[in-house]
Amino acid sequence: MFALTPLESEAIFLSLRVAFWSMLVSLPVAIAVAWLLARTRFPGHALLNGLVHLPLVVPPVVIGYLLLLLLGRNGPMGAWLYDWFGVTVAFTWRGAAVASAVMAFPLMVRAIRLSLESVDVRLEAAARTLGAPPVWVFATVSLPLMLPGILTGAMLAFARGFGEFGATITFVSNIPGETRTLPIALYSMTQVPGGEGGALRLMILSIIIAMLALCASELLARRVRARLAG
Amino acid sequence: MLEVDIRKRLDNFVLDVAFKTETGGVTALFGRSGAGKTMLVNMLAGLLKPDDGRIQIGDQTLFDSGARVNLCPERRRVGYVFQESRLFPHLSVRSNLYYGRRFAPKGERFHNPTRIIDLLGLETLLKRRPVTLSGGEKQRVAIGRALLAEPRLILMDEPLAALDGSRKSEIIGYIERLRDTLNVPIVYVSHALEEVTRLADQVVLLADGKLVAAGPAVDIMGRPDLSPYNGRNEAGALIETQVVGHDDFGLTDLAFEGGTLCVSGLDLADGTKVRAHIRARDVAIATTRPTDLSILNVFHGRVVGIHGTNSAAMDLELDIGVRLWARITRRSATDLGIEPGREVYALVKSVAIDRHSLGLAQPPKRN
Repeated sequence: MFALTPLESEAIFLSLRVAFWSMLVSLPVAIAVAWLLARTRFPGHALLNGLVHLPLVVPPVVIGYLLLLLLGRNGPMGAWLYDWFGVTVAFTWRGAAVASAVMAFPLMVRAIRLSLESVDVRLEAAARTLGAPPVWVFATVSLPLMLPGILTGAMLAFARGFGEFGATITFVSNIPGETRTLPIALYSMTQVPGGEGGALRLMILSIIIAMLALCASELLARRVRARLAG
Repeated sequence: MLEVDIRKRLDNFVLDVAFKTETGGVTALFGRSGAGKTMLVNMLAGLLKPDDGRIQIGDQTLFDSGARVNLCPERRRVGYVFQESRLFPHLSVRSNLYYGRRFAPKGERFHNPTRIIDLLGLETLLKRRPVTLSGGEKQRVAIGRALLAEPRLILMDEPLAALDGSRKSEIIGYIERLRDTLNVPIVYVSHALEEVTRLADQVVLLADGKLVAAGPAVDIMGRPDLSPYNGRNEAGALIETQVVGHDDFGLTDLAFEGGTLCVSGLDLADGTKVRAHIRARDVAIATTRPTDLSILNVFHGRVVGIHGTNSAAMDLELDIGVRLWARITRRSATDLGIEPGREVYALVKSVAIDRHSLGLAQPPKRN
């Protein structure tokens, strides 16, 4: 009754793949940046903070265009990536993942930073008096206590990545099977005569998927919190 | 041997202390709140860096500003039992206990975990989470966790502060037991005279970031010139005694160099060493041997010093074989003609010396 057309399933699985990889790759970076912002003071601290939050305050199309300039085949980073690793980012699904990651990054960092700031530094001090070096303390005390925030951040980033549109279409365009994610497919449907039905189906699908992701992460977070609270 | 000689400025507070103590048994860091006790132990643990000076335990230097030595906390092997226990909330009691063990060098694991768990009565708690524990249980786990990391020295920062009365004496009992059976030196921070009386072998007395006195507990706690610091109402003599017998009236005789002190019954075997704290305000004075008296403890001695003569009450330093202190009014002293060298009788009510005034100098029999 609600069987997916090949076009729909292609868009959904592409969107899921893009969101998943963008979340996974940005997670360690976000944890590191959150730690720098929450626990250290250095010249350029405010600049880093501003840079992280940039995608939240400028139009997505600006970020998309910036990425195209930087990571396009002729851009400084894009050329370097191609020359050394033979990797092309622009106009590929990897590029869509990069765009999603950049757009979702501030949300992820904020959630993780918040949870890191709520970790009791006195527990970390206690762990060190027991002989544990800082890296071990981070892995066995700080990180487990941050877990609810990390989950929240990951979920937010996943949802943001799943629905990313502006930066993605600017950076990697709208290529069926490669960069035509669900929101871009929906947008395309609305641009052709007779596409309303398909657009409606995609809209409902994307709402369902978002709700499922939300529920799943909420359940997971609840279990983690219950574990932490004993 | 613990050697400390450090200076640290924090906002308007300046800590400037230098002392040496034998680290055998319990060294009490004693003083009112705000004296700089916690700051000092944080510097011993490496959680706070002194501005300059030196900290040494035995032959190991932990901090030396001159030689630019500042060991990080994890390399000091100094255990720390915090006021708020600081157990890891996401780990079970067992995982908390074993947290630091992997970092203790293999050749220096002296404590048998099973024995420590038994000694602290933790067997039944091992699978529980810290949030489900009572305050006293948390502190016992915190002490066990510190011990199993095999520290060379354990710091205890007012570990009883968050506990109610009965829990307090329970934990003191455990600490006494550790002191007497495990041979780990303890630095015990407290502003409560009762705890220091029961536990301390050595006392380091601090006030306003400065050292007031340091030395054996029996010497320091008995000095009324230090009573502004150790609490005027509680000031008195600490006397080492030994249980020599029990009578049919439920009383216990404690022998000491000046005679026999009779106190309310103690459930202790003959020969057990007990430290008695006799408060100056519980001692009365007579110039002739009183008769027909309810007081059982009458000691003959001499006045060797008079302190605090400018208020209504004054402290007499007595030599009755050991040092004893008596607080009497200036009027009584004048009426009785008290002066240094005068022979007097010191009267001590047995019931004034309760369980809180007595500390075991040796472990109790375990049943």
